[in-house]
Amino acid sequence: MEDALRPSRTRRETLPYEEGETSAAAQRRQLPEVRLPVHRAFFIAYLVFSLWPLLSTFYYSLFEYTTRNLKTTITFAGWKNYLSVLGIAAGERGYFLSYLGNTLRIWIFNFVPQMLLSLLAAAWLTDNRVRLRGGGVYKIMVYMPNIITAASISLLFCALLSKYGPVMSTLRSMGLIGENADIMQSMWGTSISISMILFWMWYGNTTLLLVAGMIGINPTLYEAADVDGATGNQKFFHITLPLLKPVMLYVLVTSVIGGLQLYDIPALFNVGQGSGYMGGPNDTSTTVTMYIMRLHTTDTGRAAAVSVLLFLITLAISLIFFRVFNGSDEYEQARRERKRRRLARKGGAGND
Amino acid sequence: MTERTKTAGRAGLRRQKIARNIVMIVLSLISLIPFYLMLVNATRTSNQVQAGISLLFGDNLLNNIHNFEQAQEGLGITVFQSMVNSFKVAVPYTALSVYFSSLTAYGIHAYRFRGRKLAWGFIMGVMMVPTQVFAIGFYQFMITLNLIDTYWPLIIPGITTPAVVFFMKQYLEGSLSLEMVEAARIDGSGEFHTFNTIVLPLMKPAIATQAIFQFVASWNNLFMPTLIISTSSKKTLTMFVQMLTGESFRTDYGVVFLGLSITILPMLVMYFILSRFIVEGVALGGVKE
Repeated sequence: MEDALRPSRTRRETLPYEEGETSAAAQRRQLPEVRLPVHRAFFIAYLVFSLWPLLSTFYYSLFEYTTRNLKTTITFAGWKNYLSVLGIAAGERGYFLSYLGNTLRIWIFNFVPQMLLSLLAAAWLTDNRVRLRGGGVYKIMVYMPNIITAASISLLFCALLSKYGPVMSTLRSMGLIGENADIMQSMWGTSISISMILFWMWYGNTTLLLVAGMIGINPTLYEAADVDGATGNQKFFHITLPLLKPVMLYVLVTSVIGGLQLYDIPALFNVGQGSGYMGGPNDTSTTVTMYIMRLHTTDTGRAAAVSVLLFLITLAISLIFFRVFNGSDEYEQARRERKRRRLARKGGAGND
Repeated sequence: MTERTKTAGRAGLRRQKIARNIVMIVLSLISLIPFYLMLVNATRTSNQVQAGISLLFGDNLLNNIHNFEQAQEGLGITVFQSMVNSFKVAVPYTALSVYFSSLTAYGIHAYRFRGRKLAWGFIMGVMMVPTQVFAIGFYQFMITLNLIDTYWPLIIPGITTPAVVFFMKQYLEGSLSLEMVEAARIDGSGEFHTFNTIVLPLMKPAIATQAIFQFVASWNNLFMPTLIISTSSKKTLTMFVQMLTGESFRTDYGVVFLGLSITILPMLVMYFILSRFIVEGVALGGVKE
C-alpha cells in the first residue's frame, strides 16, 4: 500500500535535500536539541486513549459474547463476528450493509444539494463585480444552525414535522395536502427529512470554506480573463472551479467521514420510545453508529467488528485523500525524511 | 461600448444584485425560522401548536413552564442540572485541548528532535480518525480503569485533539519568531517557562477561536456521554434532550418546544455574541493553502 502512494521515487533520490526547501526550513535545521519537558504528552495520551482502544477494539471483535442466564461467556471466534454482521454466515442478516446503505443514502441527499448551494452562495459572496453589502451578516446567518446542538435540532424538526404537528396542519388548512401526512411512516419521508436537516445545518460551513478558498485564488487570473473578454460563467467554470479542487476535496472527505459516523440526528429523529436505536420506519433510518450503540450493551464482539469495518472504510477514504494531496503535503515530507534517514543509516554516515 | 449598452449593463448589474440579495435574505430567514417557530410554540398551548404555524407569541408560557417542571420531575435530573453537568465536562475538556495542542504544536514547530517529522505526519494521519471507531475498546478500557459513569473519560481525551494541533502549528508558523524564543533562552528562561509566559500569550487569538469550537464540540456531543454516563443525575444536556422524547413530554407540544428552547437558547445567544470570531475561525481551520 505504501508503494502505491510513492510516485517517482527515483527522481527524489537524486536530490540532496527536500525540493522546495525554503530559508525558513533551512533555519529550522539548526533548531536546538533542547526539549520541552512535556511536549510528548499528546503522543502518550494518544497511544493510551486512542490507539490502544483501537487495537483492543480489533481484539474484541475476534471473540463471541453469549449471554445466558445473566452470565456472559466469551469464546474465541475468529472472523465469525465479521461474517455475521456482513450477512455471510448462515442464518444472519447483513445488518451492517443495510445500515451502511441507510447512512450513505442519508449522506448523499444532503451532500449534493449542499455542495451546489454552497458553490453558488460562495461565488456570490466573493463576486467583486456585484458586491453584496450584507456579506458578513449572510455568513453569520447561514452558519448559525451548524453550531446549535444537533440533538435538539433533530427533536425540533421531529416535533415540527410530526403528523399532528404545526407544519402538517398548516399545509392542510392551506389545502396543499388532503390529510396530515406522516413522514415517520415513510422511508423516503424520514430519510429525506434527515438529509434536509443535515443540508440545512452544514451548507453554511461549506460555504465559508469555499469562500476562503475563492479568496485565496490569485486575482490576476481573473484580470487576465477580463482582458480576454471572458464572461462570469466562463471565469467560474474555467478558473474558480479547477483551482477550488483542493478545498472541495477537503470538504468532500470531511463530509463523507463525518457522514459515516452520523449519529445525533437519526438517533433522535424517528426512533419511537425505548426501541433501542432502531430508526423507523422498519429500521430504514438506522445508521452504522446507531447499530454500534445498539450492539454495545449486548454483544461487544459484534459491536467491535462493526467498528473495525467502519474504521477500515474511513481509512480507505483518508488514504485516497492523502494520495491526491501527496506532493504538497507535509505527510509526504515526513515520509521522505524517514527514508533519507534510513538511507543515511544504511550508509553508516550519521549526518543527521 | 456605446453609452446605451453601458447603462443597460449597469441596470443588469443592479437587477442581479437585488436578486442575489433576495436569495441570501431568504436563506438567512430559513436558518432562523425553525428557531423562531420553536420560541413561539413554547408560549402556546399544545392545541394551538397542533392547529398550525403562528408567527405571533401566545400567552401560555407560564403554564408550559409549570407543566415542564412537573414532567421533568420523574427524570431524576432537571434541565439546568444537566447544563451544569455539560459545563463540568466541556470547560476542562476545552482547557486541556487548547493547552496541550498548543504545547504539542510548539514542541514540533520550535524544536529539533528525532522523529520530529514523523510526529507531524502521525498527527496529520490520525486527524481523520473519528472517536466512534474505537469507542468499544475505549469503553472496555474505562471499565478496567473503573472510570465508567464518571466525567473523566469525557474530559481526558481533550489532550489528544489532532485537528487543534494542526491549527495551532499553522498559526505558530505565521506568528512566532524563533529569535524571541532564543532571546528568552539566553536570558536564562527555562523551556517550559518560555512556553507559558512568551509563546502562549502570543497564541491568544488562535486559542480563543479553537476554545470556542472545542467547547461547542464537547457541549453538543451525544455519542460519548451516552456510552459512558448511566446515572440520571450525571447526565449531560444532550442526554437530557434525548429524554425529551419520552412519554411525559410527547403528549404536550407546548412543553416539548419549551424544553427545546431551554436547551438551545444558551447556544444561540453565545453564537450571536461570538459569531464574528466563529465565522472567521471556520475558514482558518479549513484547508492549508
